[in-house]
Amino acid sequence: MNKNVLILVGVAALAGLAYIFVAGEKGGMQTAEGPKIGIILGYTGPIESLTPDMAMGAELAIAEANNSGNFALGEVTSVRADSTCIDSAAATAAAERLVTSDKVNAIMGADCSGVTTAILENVAVPNGVMMVSPSATSPALSTVADNDLFFRTAPSDARQGEVVAEILKDKGYKTAAMTYTNNDYGKGLADSIKSNFEANGGTITISTAHEDGKGDYGAEVAALAQAGGEILIVAGYLDQGGKGIIQASLDADAFNMFYLPDGMIGDALPAAIGAGLNGSIGDVPGTDSPGAAKFAEMATAGGFTAGPFAPESYDGAALILLAMQAANSTDSEVFKSKVMDVANAPGEKIFPGDLGKALKLISEGKDVDYVGASAVELVGAGESAGNYAEIEIKGGKNVTVGYR
Amino acid sequence: MTDILNAFVLLANFVLIPGLAYGSQLALGALGVTMVYSVLRFSNFAHGELMSFGAMFCVLITWGLQSAGISIAPLPTALLALPAAILLTIALALITDKLVFSYYRHQRSETVTYLIVSVGVMFFIGGLIRFIIGPDDRVFADGERFLLKARTFKDATGLSEGLAIKTSQGVTIMLAFMVVAALFWFLNRTKTGKSMRAYSDNEDLALLSGINPERVVMITWMITGALAALAGTLYGLDKSYKPFTYLSLLLPIFASAIVGGVGSPVGAIAGGYVIAFSELLVTFAYKKVISYLTFEQVVPEGLVQLLSTDYKIAVSFVILLIVLLIKPTGLFSGKTI
Repeated sequence: MNKNVLILVGVAALAGLAYIFVAGEKGGMQTAEGPKIGIILGYTGPIESLTPDMAMGAELAIAEANNSGNFALGEVTSVRADSTCIDSAAATAAAERLVTSDKVNAIMGADCSGVTTAILENVAVPNGVMMVSPSATSPALSTVADNDLFFRTAPSDARQGEVVAEILKDKGYKTAAMTYTNNDYGKGLADSIKSNFEANGGTITISTAHEDGKGDYGAEVAALAQAGGEILIVAGYLDQGGKGIIQASLDADAFNMFYLPDGMIGDALPAAIGAGLNGSIGDVPGTDSPGAAKFAEMATAGGFTAGPFAPESYDGAALILLAMQAANSTDSEVFKSKVMDVANAPGEKIFPGDLGKALKLISEGKDVDYVGASAVELVGAGESAGNYAEIEIKGGKNVTVGYR
Repeated sequence: MTDILNAFVLLANFVLIPGLAYGSQLALGALGVTMVYSVLRFSNFAHGELMSFGAMFCVLITWGLQSAGISIAPLPTALLALPAAILLTIALALITDKLVFSYYRHQRSETVTYLIVSVGVMFFIGGLIRFIIGPDDRVFADGERFLLKARTFKDATGLSEGLAIKTSQGVTIMLAFMVVAALFWFLNRTKTGKSMRAYSDNEDLALLSGINPERVVMITWMITGALAALAGTLYGLDKSYKPFTYLSLLLPIFASAIVGGVGSPVGAIAGGYVIAFSELLVTFAYKKVISYLTFEQVVPEGLVQLLSTDYKIAVSFVILLIVLLIKPTGLFSGKTI
């Protein structure tokens, strides 16, 4: 009996330790005169396959500003930290380190909505450090008490819900089953899709959460299959439960059409699933603005791919630098007020690769309208208005069939 | 009649076949845990990562074979890579024993010390795996994906419900059966197997009767390594290989071992199936089954689901609690082999 209890206690302890395990940190001390930007993203955890490209995107913008020689406040450095995407305590600790030990002037991050909220409330607001998240899309972040320190180059999921409902209506779907990843992002997006889809006259037969990080989603799919529907909306992550749900659905012949919101769009998914995914549809933040293509070229030259949220990460870092330049200060409380000015009209349009020019224009006292890689247009409390590319999977590839 | 058949096929497709495959994977994992527990007397938390390690090498070797154009289609190439992966996993198990566990064995450390040490080993192997293959999802299943496709089944029988059996599920159940039979033959019929049981039953008496403890320990680790590599590969083949999932797989594996009775191989196998089937049965939505078996009028509005699938992991813990409260030694009164 005693040993069995011991094992139980051990198993419980293990679950805790597992989180510590995934919360390992990267980065190191750097010494420089100029401002320092913390890049906090989930290098481990559910979206660990996306974050390296995102970080490279942000670092590309910093390198570009440095190389132009037009940045007035010294050499910009960056330091990475791990948000883990899911563990708020670990993310808060990592952000705390960035602010107190690395003394960053601003934060590019975090990635997932839950940890972003935690860092904002526990670290950024108390310490007066500005944050620009490239990928936190929870609607709750639109109204959070942020002391004007929070911006995001990703749109709120409230907007994505409208887009999803529109696409489904245009394709003629009347009933849909839905499953979402059990966190702020999944819940927020699912609620938004459900209300918009039902407002358009559709029916959601079941809306149920799934946990990430499991190997087997047979039971989840069994429940979804019993509810039925013409299409399965999978508001999850392509590296995680989302992929497992799709694979299990196809294996059991439960669904053969899928709707894939932004967290599910990536080259890895069609490659892993194969022909079964052909014909499925989805959306991802994206734009036909020339900035996206320019950024993709720069990314290739820089040795990484312009994957999901990498353009937004580039834009996030660029906005921080432009705002610093405009305020001629590295103090978040000062340059936070300049973000909206540099991001929106009026002014000369700035695309990726033009950061040097933009910095120069600002120093000459002229207006800039940062468009960047993701057609940045900040609305409301400082979040992207939201441009979505409509995706259809054809021949094992994500093909963009239109923009909304 | 057709309705009854439809209801049965529906359950078979979503509960019976997946449960058998998942249960077999859990059983193989739990067998490894139970072997270490009964012979070395500690709960080896590194077992999940050991499984992952074996599966990782199977993935790497499979890729090598695939690029060399070697295949055993329609069976997955991974089966060809499995023996080498098993050898490498055994090597890792023996090396960790030599470098880590043997020290504590000679110190005659307490169980709890072992437990913490094994957690350390778990983190080390986990890191090693990420270092070698990275954290990403790896797909290495090839060959014919299905033994029986849902569409084919529908066309052949004329039923409205389909039954799909994946090759990986068939392979899992077959291999698990063969390996378990071989293991029982080894433990009950061979001299080495008997000496292991003696050692596990009473260490001091076994030493007095001339059993070499180092040899028993070595063979235990070899069996554990082989079981781990096999379980890990089958799980990865059936689902997909991702280092992250093996950490969470540890929970149902330990639940299986404890429910069956720690230290009892029969218990580990029974526990594996108990956990797998209860997870599936409790979270299944029975609406369609009821609609097949009864009249239109009595079919309820809801999904008729006992528990939301979110609580799937809780199922194993509830069973665990019940077993610990009512029959702490587990279903098969464990402790010795």
